[in-house]
Amino acid sequence: MHPVLYTVLQRLGLGLLTLFIVSIIIFSSIAMLPGDFGEQVLGQQALPETVEAFRKELGLDKPAYIRYIDWIAAVLQGDLGTSFSGRASSGSDQSRSVWELVGPRLSNTLFLAGFTAMIAVPLSLFLGITAALKRNSVYDRSVNAVTLTTISFPEFFLAYLLIVFLAGIFPTLSNVTPDMDLGERITKIALPALTMTLVIVAHMMRMTRAALINLLASPYIEMAQLKGASRTKVIIKHALPNAWAPIATVIAFNLAYLVVGVVVVEVVFVYPGIGQLMVDSVSSRDIPVAQACALIFAATYILLNLLADVIGIVTNPRLLHPR
Amino acid sequence: MTTNSNKRGAKGDILIEMKNVEIDGFSDERWHKIVKGVDLTLRRGEVMGLIGESGAGKSTLGKAAMGYAQPGCKIRSGSIMFDGIDLMAATEAEKRQLWGSRIAYVAQSAAASFNPAHRLIDQTVEATVDHGISGESDAKQDAVGLYESLQLPDPGNIGGRYPHQVSGGQLQRIMTAMAMSPRPDLIIFDEPTTALDVTTQVEVLVAMRDIVEKFNTAAIYITHDLAVVAQMADFIKVLRYGEEVEEAETRKMLSQPEEDYTKSLWSVRALHKDESPSDDIALSIKNVDAAYGNTVKVLHDVSIDIPRGRTVSVVGESGSGKSTTARVITGLLPPMTGSIEFNGETLPNALKDRSKDQLRRIQMIYQMADTAMNPKQTVADIIGRPLEFYHNLKGKQRDDRIIELLEMIELDESFMDRLPGELSGGQKQRICIARALAAEPEVIICDEVTSALDQIVQEGILKLLLRLQKELNITYLFITHDIAVVTAISDEIVVMFQGQVVEQGLKSKILAPPYPDYTQLLLSSVPEMDPDWLSNLVEERG
Repeated sequence: MHPVLYTVLQRLGLGLLTLFIVSIIIFSSIAMLPGDFGEQVLGQQALPETVEAFRKELGLDKPAYIRYIDWIAAVLQGDLGTSFSGRASSGSDQSRSVWELVGPRLSNTLFLAGFTAMIAVPLSLFLGITAALKRNSVYDRSVNAVTLTTISFPEFFLAYLLIVFLAGIFPTLSNVTPDMDLGERITKIALPALTMTLVIVAHMMRMTRAALINLLASPYIEMAQLKGASRTKVIIKHALPNAWAPIATVIAFNLAYLVVGVVVVEVVFVYPGIGQLMVDSVSSRDIPVAQACALIFAATYILLNLLADVIGIVTNPRLLHPR
Repeated sequence: MTTNSNKRGAKGDILIEMKNVEIDGFSDERWHKIVKGVDLTLRRGEVMGLIGESGAGKSTLGKAAMGYAQPGCKIRSGSIMFDGIDLMAATEAEKRQLWGSRIAYVAQSAAASFNPAHRLIDQTVEATVDHGISGESDAKQDAVGLYESLQLPDPGNIGGRYPHQVSGGQLQRIMTAMAMSPRPDLIIFDEPTTALDVTTQVEVLVAMRDIVEKFNTAAIYITHDLAVVAQMADFIKVLRYGEEVEEAETRKMLSQPEEDYTKSLWSVRALHKDESPSDDIALSIKNVDAAYGNTVKVLHDVSIDIPRGRTVSVVGESGSGKSTTARVITGLLPPMTGSIEFNGETLPNALKDRSKDQLRRIQMIYQMADTAMNPKQTVADIIGRPLEFYHNLKGKQRDDRIIELLEMIELDESFMDRLPGELSGGQKQRICIARALAAEPEVIICDEVTSALDQIVQEGILKLLLRLQKELNITYLFITHDIAVVTAISDEIVVMFQGQVVEQGLKSKILAPPYPDYTQLLLSSVPEMDPDWLSNLVEERG
């Protein structure tokens, strides 16, 4: 087997192992949350017997390890379970499956994240490369200063600033619905996407710049210069191919943030993303939904980091072309 | 400058002329003069040797001949004319037109100077194609021809490999092919063989010399090794502290150097110690096999006897297991099988199982004195630590002993409060010696202790080690790849090759024929101060 394939499979295996461990952590930390769904729904005055019956219906009376095994076994079969909300101890059952709740929210989040990434990643790479090329110039300093400023503001503050200045141009409410067409959706998410771009560009841009400048001290860069290569060519052809590993790591980190860390932005723009869903489910003790969201977040992190690892491996000729 | 006019100028027009060039370098927060007004003239087809110790400014001057100042340097004044083009006045873009087309550069470390991300053939022809000298396919075809004339294995395919897939000697030859690809008028060779083993160095030298001759290319060959430059250059310029010491035609320079400094560059080779046999074995390595991890075995059945109060030198090229042997003796790398006997008793294999006294008796000195000392500790702390640890010396007793040790290594009290950063390379190595002596050891393992030092400093350190041996009856295990050092100071020699001992015995026996094949190859590869040495060697080896 090619060593790269072997390494990738190995990383994949480690990723799955991590996900398994994380699932235990998620389950136990949610189990340790104070309060109880039964009491939450039925209120403080509910009779203990009623609460007990309700708990039994939801399966909360079983020991924790059994509940974990039930849950993880179902998840492995693609069943994220049924949401607690909409249930009542008596009367009609209006509960929905977790996937029904999470699915549309997740696709909204991925849409926003994907759209933001399409702007932010090329922009950061461009800024990073040009800043490295003209390092210590006015351009370099201003790019650094501006991106540092935007990353230093709290997200909600940036969001409100954008609303103040751009409210006339873009809608300030991003309440997308499935029946909107693409153009309308994009108009709706313009402001949140812009906010998040401003938040993540600095990190990726600075890392690109640092990774490149770090390499510029290498003897092979001096060699390229002494072969008469222009500055642009030195950066693009001689430095960049060796800088992908650190850059990919930072990009992966920021993309993961776009999926899992944007609840504040969602709240400001009333965007129906998965972040809000998770916050809601935690506050209403809707355990299956909270667990599903946490698991999706964990899987996102692991997957993106795995991807960064793989990019690091395939752009390293020592690994790709062993002796 | 005119001492060699009889020979100079025979080859062609003036190609490069530098006059009164001054170059500044920035370090320690201020500008220093690195090159202080040097003149240099080179004609077409000539090879100039530029030699001097590290810090002499030879590399900086060599790059200045291209109109290039490395980051942190600037060419302050003087004139540099390359074939009628004023490089001092030329713009970056104009100079880039010359670099990689008419002037090429061969760097010291080929391994670091090739881009790890691109195939060798692409890098070989890059400048040629970019400068529009020839099309890509023509250039590649030509490169294969160059690989062939540089005697690279499988010239048709080696270019398809990546830098990490070929050996250091091969990379250095491919870099020469890269320099030659655009058929430049001038090549700057910047210490191109310094990082190579002697056996590899010979092959690379021959390849470089032949190809420069074949295309009648002018070259500046920068090195600190006189014997190497003697093989390559038509004439030699000696630099010191950024100034020219003297310049002369090669044969004349070797036979009758005029300046004292030039003469002193020879001196280390004059150092000599008479061997004296002994049967009193202090340290004995018995049938040791060792490996890093559990996979790659690097020592195979190594047995070495080291007599008390003598110097045993271990020689061999890099990767032959010399340093691994040292690690096994000190316990840093426990052997898989075999044992270490010290004064007749078997030492525990692992460092942590040895008693303090066992540790004290075997000390080690390293190649890089810089990294072997804590830069934040004063000399007194560095030498005082083993005194406290092994001998429980404190306060005044300790300080007195430190002064005594400093005197032993020919330094004085005033060094006690200095930090390693304030010392020269030779002084640092002396402090490392004092630190080893502080433990009052019986055996000192010296791992390439003079390799990083200039020749004159090297001589001082070797003399010191010999004197200490005489006074204190210390046993040395001297690890080196430098045969000149070996002949100077050893009693016995051990030759290692691929993790095995090829030969061991008294110096007179090892250094006299008949030799086993490998010893022969190793010994004959050491450059000699004879301009015909390389030619003769090539003839001998066929």
